[in-house]
Amino acid sequence: MNKKMFSMHLDLDAFNPATESEKEYMVQMRPSSTFFRDGVKRFVKNKVALVSLIIVVLITLSCIIIPFFWPYSYDQMLGVQLGKPVDASYNNLAPFQYGATEQAKIAAGETVFPHVFGTDSQGRDYFIRIIYGARISLAVGFFASIIVLIIGMTVGSISGYCGGKVDLVIMRIVDIIYSLPDMLLIILLASALKQTKLDEIIQGTVLEKIGANIISLFIVFGVLYWVSMSRLIRGQILSLREQEYVLASQAAGARGKWIIFKHLMPNCISVIIISTALQIPSAIFTESYLSFLGLGVNAPMPSLGSLASDALNGINSYPYRLVIPAVVISLIVLSLNLLGDGLRDAFDPKLNG
Amino acid sequence: MNTKTLRYILKRIGLALLTVWIVITITFFVMHAVPGGPFLGEKAISEAAKAALEEKYGLDKPLFQQYVTYIKDIVTKFDFGPSIKQRGREVIDIIADGMKTSAKLGLAAAAIALVCGTVLGSVAALRRNKLIDRVIMVVTTAFVSMPSFIMGTFMLLLFTVQLAIFPANGAEAGGLVLPIITLSLSPMANITRLTRSSMLDVLGQDYIRTAKAKGVSSIKIIFGHALKNALIPVITYFGPMLAYIVTGSLVVEQIFAVPGIGRSFVSSIINRDYTLIMGTTIVLAILIVIMNLVSDILYKVIDPRITLE
Repeated sequence: MNKKMFSMHLDLDAFNPATESEKEYMVQMRPSSTFFRDGVKRFVKNKVALVSLIIVVLITLSCIIIPFFWPYSYDQMLGVQLGKPVDASYNNLAPFQYGATEQAKIAAGETVFPHVFGTDSQGRDYFIRIIYGARISLAVGFFASIIVLIIGMTVGSISGYCGGKVDLVIMRIVDIIYSLPDMLLIILLASALKQTKLDEIIQGTVLEKIGANIISLFIVFGVLYWVSMSRLIRGQILSLREQEYVLASQAAGARGKWIIFKHLMPNCISVIIISTALQIPSAIFTESYLSFLGLGVNAPMPSLGSLASDALNGINSYPYRLVIPAVVISLIVLSLNLLGDGLRDAFDPKLNG
Repeated sequence: MNTKTLRYILKRIGLALLTVWIVITITFFVMHAVPGGPFLGEKAISEAAKAALEEKYGLDKPLFQQYVTYIKDIVTKFDFGPSIKQRGREVIDIIADGMKTSAKLGLAAAAIALVCGTVLGSVAALRRNKLIDRVIMVVTTAFVSMPSFIMGTFMLLLFTVQLAIFPANGAEAGGLVLPIITLSLSPMANITRLTRSSMLDVLGQDYIRTAKAKGVSSIKIIFGHALKNALIPVITYFGPMLAYIVTGSLVVEQIFAVPGIGRSFVSSIINRDYTLIMGTTIVLAILIVIMNLVSDILYKVIDPRITLE
């Protein structure tokens, strides 16, 4: 139909009932998205965070799996065999070189598993020591964050929930602990705990395997690092309680249980998970720092920090022994940090400053 | 300065004093809870000699009395008692000795971090999303998350072992260059990021647009209007920066063999020189607390928009 501009003629076709195909076209079949799915979508778009996640997963998996099939163990001195003099040819091997007896085996046609990163000054396979070091670092970071999370969550929710005098007292204590120079006190506590008889106390229990020094590290984290977590959770509870949607839900007749699980928890949990994730690299950082100063894990158990510190002595001849743990630790800390940032951007758009 | 500001300052000073007292108390009791005592590592000494030594250092008195004396000596004379392992030397002298080098190291690192950080941060903000901004952000992200000892060992490897430009011993001439750079990198990265974000914030403000509309030259806008306001948040970083430099210098001095307070602290931990450990912890803690106090007060006083609670 030819229509003039500005003419008031109505197009009668527009008043015909829509055909089925037209209806089909208009209806958008999109499932309703949940908060979690939205977050995942945002996270996947973030390339940096995704790469960090892959690196973290790869490192974690190799730390768990590789010790099962690697033929050498972290404390096995390859040159030392029962009833024979120490074979010094195993000490300080360069990457992919073999000790004297191994060379004989190779000459005889047997295959010998290579020392990918060589061996250290006591003839221990360096690759497996790096793997164990990364394992210790990751485990310390993970469990320290869990401890911080548990203490912080308990104290923070008590403080936020009770309010009044309890809140005031707890927050004063938090303020004071917050203003203490944490690293100095950690060094102090770690050096004091190293001297205690913690070894004897934990003897025979499951804890013995972990070692007294790691436990004292956990104690130190538990004592000092919970404050920011408890502050965060208290703030969350206080602000969420006052939100309009909570009021709206109450007005609509929702019961307490519904409000807690449907409104408060989902809004709180992303913040909690994100700050726990960001706690892990800082715990790893502290552990390696203390190990570097000689206050960390007990020898012969390696940690990335103590491996780097040991390598300082041979820096002129074996620089790669310093570079490898340094690169691994930087990689772990950097990718965990970027992963945490990515999680924050994806799951908590409000925090994104 | 109104009464509200004054009250805030007094409150912060009170909290700082309380913090220092708590640090002293924790340090004292933690060190005395360590079993074995300071003379455990010595060659077998007779009971009489041990008793004489304990009397000399006042270790035979009740714990609480030792504590009171210790605090009184610190407050009145700034005296931390004699070193247990370095015979005939006072702890405060050892600290003062080390402080000469460490202060040089720390101040130079802080100065470099401040100057380079603000320059790089402003450049990144003014060239937002250009190549140079991207490069600066990537590099600073890496620096922020690299532990100081990793940075130090890499510097050592690169400049003294591979290139042999600087001496590996911090006591030699020019030996402080590498430790200073190492210590400054992470604070520099932090300041860069801080300056960049606050500069971007300021550049979007109305008064910048007004100045542009009035025809003020861009150099005048950047230096006269933007930078002045953008640097205020950097003040808040002073406290954490000092804390980083102090803890960082513990390992950096170890790596580069700098004869400073950090190195004597680490060796006192290994030797179990209790009085030196206590003295160093307390002095460093006081430094950090003072710096936090100053940066907090400065921040609130300089920026009138910030409300005091």
